[in-house]
Amino acid sequence: MSRKVLLIEDEPNIAEAIRFLLTREGWQVETHAEGTDAVEVIQGANPDLVILDVMLPGKSGMDILRDLRELDDLRGLPVLMLTARGQLRDREMAESAGVSRFMTKPFSNAEVLTAVRDLHAQATQS
Amino acid sequence: MRDTLTGSRIRERRQIAGLRQAELARRVGISASYLNLIEHNRRRIGGKLLVDIAAALAVEPSLLTQGLEATLISALREAAADAVGQQAEVDSLEEFAGRFPGWAAVLAQMHRRVVSLERTVETLSDRLTHDPHLAASMHEVLSTAAAIRSTAAILAETQEIEPEWQDRFHRNLHQDAERLADSSKSLVAYLDDSDAADDRRGVPLEDAEAFFEQRGHHFPEMEGSEDSSAIDLSEIDSAAAKTVARGLLDVYASDAKAMPLEAVKAALAGTEPDPIKLAAQFSVDIATVLRRLAALPDGVLSRPTGLVVCDASGSILFAKSVPGFAMPRFGEACPLWPLFQALNRPLVPIRKRIVQLGRSAAEFDCYAYAWPQAMSGYDDAPVYRSVMLVRSVEEGGQGGQPVARVGPSCRVCPNADCESRREPSILSEGF
Repeated sequence: MSRKVLLIEDEPNIAEAIRFLLTREGWQVETHAEGTDAVEVIQGANPDLVILDVMLPGKSGMDILRDLRELDDLRGLPVLMLTARGQLRDREMAESAGVSRFMTKPFSNAEVLTAVRDLHAQATQS
Repeated sequence: MRDTLTGSRIRERRQIAGLRQAELARRVGISASYLNLIEHNRRRIGGKLLVDIAAALAVEPSLLTQGLEATLISALREAAADAVGQQAEVDSLEEFAGRFPGWAAVLAQMHRRVVSLERTVETLSDRLTHDPHLAASMHEVLSTAAAIRSTAAILAETQEIEPEWQDRFHRNLHQDAERLADSSKSLVAYLDDSDAADDRRGVPLEDAEAFFEQRGHHFPEMEGSEDSSAIDLSEIDSAAAKTVARGLLDVYASDAKAMPLEAVKAALAGTEPDPIKLAAQFSVDIATVLRRLAALPDGVLSRPTGLVVCDASGSILFAKSVPGFAMPRFGEACPLWPLFQALNRPLVPIRKRIVQLGRSAAEFDCYAYAWPQAMSGYDDAPVYRSVMLVRSVEEGGQGGQPVARVGPSCRVCPNADCESRREPSILSEGF
């Protein structure tokens, strides 16, 4: 069965590049660009992993992450967070909200691929 | 083949650094006339002198001797080295640059931009928390840089890529490069360029300045009238900005009454303005004359004229921009401006020819004057304000006059040796 990643990112060219990279790795990639209904979209898509931007229209990635961790069935979902704000307190805020991996923009493709592989491997082992 | 354009590159780099020929010559221990011959490619240059000149200009000697092609290969090599976890075909670099010079140049340019922006982010990061507009601008720049980095890496590193994906990524790269250029430009404009008045809204003073800018800093309906309420301020949004604008208009009205337009025009007919003579003629102080000169309608003065007013803390209270003279925000202007020097000598009119280091390195005639505000009681220490009139200088005009070197603000000033520097310049990082 194909592995599925849900990419929530409002920058279309970043989303397109990541979609290309992960598709080549055998992932089924779904994309979404809105924060407001992101939690419902995640619940409906039932992905193996979520890549989540922080600054999204309607609702911030940080709030989406907090909401996810409140839900029993999504508490353990691997979430890779992307942000342009890489200061220590942003990282700490993401960690306290329950992020699985935190990555600052501009990231390299290799970093994204490595993070996705690692998170998926950890999730399938546990 | 011997390169014959090293001198031209030295000249170009010197001008970018805002250095005069005589200054660079002095730093490397040669005469200005010999440097002039070198810059016009009439003397060969190499060895220690080349290394010294490159060091004085803060560039690699190879950039001066080998020009673009070698620089391009070197930039691609750096891009390959920085690609984390990816093995680019470094052995084929020259072949790649030879077969696809345009795309190679795009890749190198994007890599340089990403590196430069990453460093700039470090430099500016502590300011982000204090300035939400700057934070939003930086987010835009970083997101675009992320898209470019990711897309360029796919194009450079993917062995077999379907034509439709390739076309799409080329298109995205082009879009993002344009967007990055725009957002970088507006970011620098936001930080330092007073010409971008439209982008600087948000605080009362800036809204008021934008209103004055839109009206050309001249209000015909206020000439001969002391009542500033005749001016409609409905296009200004906030009440605070309206209050600031009303205060500025009251000063305008007072100046216009003291120096009526027709009388000023008659006094200026056929002559260059002399603030001291005008002050005596109209029985006003120098500050009134300087403000009034900056508020005349287009065409009365022969050259563009700007104005800056500050208080004793150095905070800019009002600015009228003049092309080529950058006026930064947040009171972070260069302390060498005559505006601030006047505060050390209140009531003494200062006239100074300055050159503002930077891209244009244009010269300006400045008149500055500091005056005490009204006293509120006996034995109070006077609190001064200062005003500076900034006039463009005609190309080649009034040569031989001593010229003081000043900057826009430390962040974008190339004068590395300045004793008054508050913080490092981001120009050294290639921004």
